Amino acid sequence: MSELNVTLKVWRQAGPDAAGSFDTIKADGINDEMSFLEMLDVVNERLINLGKEAIVFDHDCREGICGTCSLMINGQAHGPAKGTATCQLHMRKFHDGQEIVIEPFRATAFPVIRDLMVDRSAFDKIVASGGFITAETGGAPDANLTPIPKPVADAAMDAAACIGCGACVAACPNSAANLFTAAKVSHLNLLPQGQAERYGRVEAMVDTMEDFFGSCTNHGECQEACPKEISIDFIALMNKDYLKSKFKNRRMVSRK
Amino acid sequence: MASTTVARGAAGGGAPRAKRKAPFPVEFYRSGLGKKYVMAITGIMLMGFVLLHMVGNLKMFLGPADFDHYAEFLRELLVPILPRTVALWGMRLGLIAAFALHTHSAYSLTRMNQAAREVKYQSPRDYAAANFASRTMRWTGIIVGLFLIWHLFDLSWTGTPGMTFVRGAAYGNVVASLSRPLVAAFYVAANIALGIHLFHGAWSLFQSMGWNNPRFNVWRKNFAIGFAALIVIGNCSFPIAVQLGIVGN
Amino acid sequence: MELNSKIPEGPIAEKWTNYKFDRKLVNPANRRKYDIIVVGTGLAGGAAAATLGEQGYNVKAFTFHDSPRRAHSIAAQGGINAAKNYKGDGDSVYRLFYDTVKGGDFRAREANVYRLAEESVRIIDQMTAQGVPFAREYGGLLDNRSFGGAQVSRTFYARGQTGQQLLLGVYQQLERQIGLGNVALYNRTELVDVVVVDGRAAGIVVRDLLTGELASHSAHAVVLATGGYSNAFFLSTNAMACNVTAAWRAHRKGAAFANPCYTQIHPTCIPQSDDFQSKLTLMSESLRNDGRIWCPKDPDETRSPELIPEEDRDYYLERRYPSFGNLAPRDIASRAAKIVVDEGKGVGPLKNGVYLDFADAIGRLGEDTIRERYGNLFEMYERITDESPYQQPMRIYPAVHYTMGGLWVDYELMTTVPGLYAAGEANFSDHGANRLGASALMQGLADGYFVLPNTISNYLAPQLGTTPVPTDHPEFKAAEAAATERFAGYLAIGGTRSPDSFHQELGKIMWDYCGMERTKQGLEKALSEIPALHEEFRKDLRVTGSGTSTNQTLEKAGRVDDFFELAQVMCLDALTREESCGGHFRAEHQTDEGEAERDDDHFAEVAAWEWTGDPSKPIRNTEPLTFDNVHLAVRSYK
Repeated sequence: MSELNVTLKVWRQAGPDAAGSFDTIKADGINDEMSFLEMLDVVNERLINLGKEAIVFDHDCREGICGTCSLMINGQAHGPAKGTATCQLHMRKFHDGQEIVIEPFRATAFPVIRDLMVDRSAFDKIVASGGFITAETGGAPDANLTPIPKPVADAAMDAAACIGCGACVAACPNSAANLFTAAKVSHLNLLPQGQAERYGRVEAMVDTMEDFFGSCTNHGECQEACPKEISIDFIALMNKDYLKSKFKNRRMVSRK
Repeated sequence: MASTTVARGAAGGGAPRAKRKAPFPVEFYRSGLGKKYVMAITGIMLMGFVLLHMVGNLKMFLGPADFDHYAEFLRELLVPILPRTVALWGMRLGLIAAFALHTHSAYSLTRMNQAAREVKYQSPRDYAAANFASRTMRWTGIIVGLFLIWHLFDLSWTGTPGMTFVRGAAYGNVVASLSRPLVAAFYVAANIALGIHLFHGAWSLFQSMGWNNPRFNVWRKNFAIGFAALIVIGNCSFPIAVQLGIVGN
Repeated sequence: MELNSKIPEGPIAEKWTNYKFDRKLVNPANRRKYDIIVVGTGLAGGAAAATLGEQGYNVKAFTFHDSPRRAHSIAAQGGINAAKNYKGDGDSVYRLFYDTVKGGDFRAREANVYRLAEESVRIIDQMTAQGVPFAREYGGLLDNRSFGGAQVSRTFYARGQTGQQLLLGVYQQLERQIGLGNVALYNRTELVDVVVVDGRAAGIVVRDLLTGELASHSAHAVVLATGGYSNAFFLSTNAMACNVTAAWRAHRKGAAFANPCYTQIHPTCIPQSDDFQSKLTLMSESLRNDGRIWCPKDPDETRSPELIPEEDRDYYLERRYPSFGNLAPRDIASRAAKIVVDEGKGVGPLKNGVYLDFADAIGRLGEDTIRERYGNLFEMYERITDESPYQQPMRIYPAVHYTMGGLWVDYELMTTVPGLYAAGEANFSDHGANRLGASALMQGLADGYFVLPNTISNYLAPQLGTTPVPTDHPEFKAAEAAATERFAGYLAIGGTRSPDSFHQELGKIMWDYCGMERTKQGLEKALSEIPALHEEFRKDLRVTGSGTSTNQTLEKAGRVDDFFELAQVMCLDALTREESCGGHFRAEHQTDEGEAERDDDHFAEVAAWEWTGDPSKPIRNTEPLTFDNVHLAVRSYK
C-alpha cells in the first residue's frame, strides 16, 4: 500500500446547454488500494468540505456489471486497464505525480447532463425497437423443450455480456454504436428462441441505431474499450443478418 | 454555477424514424450499413482493377512491343462479339460507377460520423486499436483519387508538362512520364498512400460484408497486408525501373 | 393495526390454484381503464411493469437510474433456483418449499413460500423463452449446480452473470412494452413520497433528478419494487444508490414495516482494504462448490497460505458441519467466519478474512475447468485485490448483502395500505429470517411475473369506472409541499459535514451493534447513539450546490435521512426479538456450541412495525406464523 499525489483535470459543466471547461484539482494522499471512483469520492468529500459542488458522475454497482459508470480517462474509455469498467479500475494503475484527465463520454446521442454525467437513453431506444423476443408472460413451453448446442449458448452469452455502458460509442472515432447493437442483435439472433423475429429485429435495431449514431469503419477501438471485451465478430454477424433481412423481410411481407 | 434545466417527460418508444418507401437498392443504400456494403463491393471491384492493372503493366518489363500489344489487346477485347473498345468502355464505366459510389458513400458516411459527435473530445485521445491506416482512410482516399485524375491526364488524355505525349503510344508515354524523377517520386508516394488505404480497406471489407469465421479470421488481416504489399511493390517497381533504366532502354 | 395475511383456504399445494380461481378478474377490454404505477425497474418491478403492460393496463414505471437495465438485481452472480428436477436428484416443488422454510429458520409464511416454489418452475421456462442464455450441457439441455443450503442441484446460471442476464431479459420485455406505448417510463426520477387518500394508495410524488422538479402521479394502484436497505450499514454489497426511501416513505404513510432486523450477511465477500472503501464486493456463493474455506490454526501464523501444511489449517466449516461442509447456509457460514476472525485467526494485511482455497479443485479438475466455471469471478477478484486466485487462495469475509425484512405484505403482496403493493426485496415475504442462495432472483421474478399480475386484479376489479384521484387533490399538494420543504431544508442547514460522512458513521454503529452478532447492551447503545447522530445530521449537514439541477449530494442527503429513521426500527426490532434466528443472531440466545437458538413459543411471528410519527417509538404488531406442513425443528446442517 502506498500513497499517490495526482493532479486531476476534470470536465465541469453546469448543465446540458452550459459551456464546460476543465478544472484542475489536486488530489493528494490517495491510497493506491482505492478504486478510481473511491478516489473521486474522496475528492468530492474534500470539495464539499471546501463548500464547493461535488463532481457529478454516474456510478452504481461498482462491481463492473451495471454499466452505469463511464468516463474518458486520459483519452481512453474506462481508463487504461483492458476489460475493466471505471468502477473496477484501481489507483494502483496510476503513478505518483501523474496528471489524470477525466472527460465525459462524448457523442451527439450522449448529451452531457452535468459534469461527467451523460444521457445514454438512445441505447434503450435501440432495444425498444426490437431488442427482445416476444414472449409474453405465461405461455412459455418447458425450458428443455428446445435444446441449444452449448457452443451456440456460449456464443449468445458472449454477446449478452454487454453491460450497456456506452464505452464502444465513446471510444469509436465515429461515435458508432455498432458493437452495442451487434451484441444485442447477436445475443438474440443466435438463440433458437430468437429466430422468428430475427430479420425484423436486425433491421429495426440497425435503423434505430443509425438515427442516433455514426457508422462503423472497423477501427476496432470499441472492442478494446469494452469492459466485457465483446468481439467485433458480432458486428460482422449483424452486417450479414442486415443484408439478409433486406431480402427476407420483403419475402415475409409478400406472404401476407 | 449557473443551472440549466431541461423539460422532461416519459421516455419515448424506440421505433425507427419513418422512412419513405423506396425500391430495395435505394432503401438499402440509404442506411449506413448498406453504404458500408457498397463501400466493400465497390472496393472489391476497384481492388480487382488495381490488381489487374498492376499485373498487366508488368508487361512493360518485356519491352515496348509486348506492352503496346497488351494495350491493343484491351481495346480489342471481345471483338468481334462487340465492336472495338466497347468492352473496354464497359469496364471503364463499371469502374467509374464503382469509384463514384465508393466516393459518395465515403462522403456521406463521413458526414454521418461527424454529426454523431458534434462536440469533439477536448483532451487528446489515446487509441488502443485504431491505427494510422484506419484513421487516415479519407485522406489516403482523397490522395489516391487526385492521383488518379492526374494519372489519367498524364498517361491517357493529354500528357503533363515536361513530357512528349503521343496518344495511344502506351509504352512511350509511360517511359516519358516516369523518366522525370519528381514524377517518379510522386508515383511512388501515391502508391504508398494506396497501399495504406488498401491495408485497412482490404481487411475492413470482410467485416462490412459480414464475412467472419473464426477459422479464417486470422487470414483476413494477412490477406490485407499481402494484397497491399503486392500492389505497392508491383506499382512502385515501374517508376523505379524507369528511373534505373531497366525499362525504357 | 390489523394484519390480515389473507392466506387462501385449502391444502398447501392447492392454495395458489384456489386463489387464482377465486380472485376477481378484470376483463381484457377494461384493463386500459386502469392506471398502475410501478416504482423500481429491477427484476420484480421491471417484470411487473412489463407483464401488466402486456395484459393491457396503463403502466407508469419509475426508476432513478438512467435506464431500467441498471437495477442492482444485475449484480447477482450465482444463479436462480427452480424445482425443475432436471438432474433427477429428487428435487420437487415440495422440497424447494421445505428447504426454503427451513433455510429461513421457520420465520417465513408457509403459503407464500409454497407459491414461490411452484412458480419457480415457470420462471425458468419464461426466461428461457425470452432469450436468457442459461448455461447448457453439451447435449443442449440446461445445466444446474448446487448452492449453499441445498443438497440437490437446482440452480440455473448464466456464467457468473445470472442476475444480469435475468434483468436483461426483463428489461427487454419492459422496453418492448415501452416501445408499444403500454408502459411510460420515467427515468432518473426518484420517489419522494407516497400519497394516501381516504385510506387508499392514490399515487406518488417524484423528484426529477436532473431538474429537481417535483411532480405528482396518481393511479388506481401503486407497486413498490424498490429493493432492500442493506446500505443502512453504509458498507454492503449493494449498489451505491440502493436506499430505503420509497419503502420508508410508504411506511410513514401507514404501511407496516416487517422484520427489519433480518439482515443477511453474505459469507463470501472481499474483505475491506482501507477506510475509504465505498462498498464491498461479493464473490458468488457458487465458489463454495469448489473452494474450501479455512484459516490457520495458529493466530500468530505468518507463513503465506501455500506454505501452511494441512495439519496447521482449520477447515472449520467442514469440521463443524460435516454433511453440508463448505455449502452450509449463509448465516451459518458467516458467523463461523466471524468466530475465527474474532479469535485472531484472520488472514490478510488487516487480519480480517479467511481463505477460500481452490488448490484442491484445480488439482482435481484442472485449471481450465475452474477457469470455465469461475473465470470472470477470479478476474474480478484479481482486479480488486491484485492477487490471482489461481496462485493463492482468495481472502473472503462476510458482508451485509440482503435484507429479508421489508414492507409487510399479505398473500396478495398488498401492504397495510390498500392499493399499495410491494414486490421483490422491498417486501418481507418469502425468506423468513435467512435467505438461501439463488432465491432472491427467484422471488423477484415470481412476484413480478406471476404473483402481482394475478393478485392486483382482485383489488382493481371493484374499482371499475372510477378515476384515479386527481393530482391537484390537497393530499398531493401537501406531499409536494412537504417534499419541497424537505429538500430546501437540507440545502439550508449549511453545516459542516457531508451526507456521506454521516452515512459512514451511521453504518459503523449499525455494523458494530446490529450486525452479525447483536446484544441487548449493544442495541441499546445504538438506540441512544442513532437519534443523537440524526440530530447532528439535522443541524450540521452540508449540502453544496442547488436544488434545481443534478445534485447527487442532495439526493444522498434525502436517502441518509431516511436511513436514520429506519436504523432505529432495525435496532428496536433486533432488541425486541429475544431469540436468535437466521440472519438475526442475539449473543444471549445461543446453544452451548454457539448455534442460534430460536424461541418458537414466543417469536414464531412476524413483527410488523407501525409508524407513530416518532421513529424511536413505533408500535410492534405481530402476525403469528403457523407451520402445518414443515415441522418446527432445530435447523441442523451438521
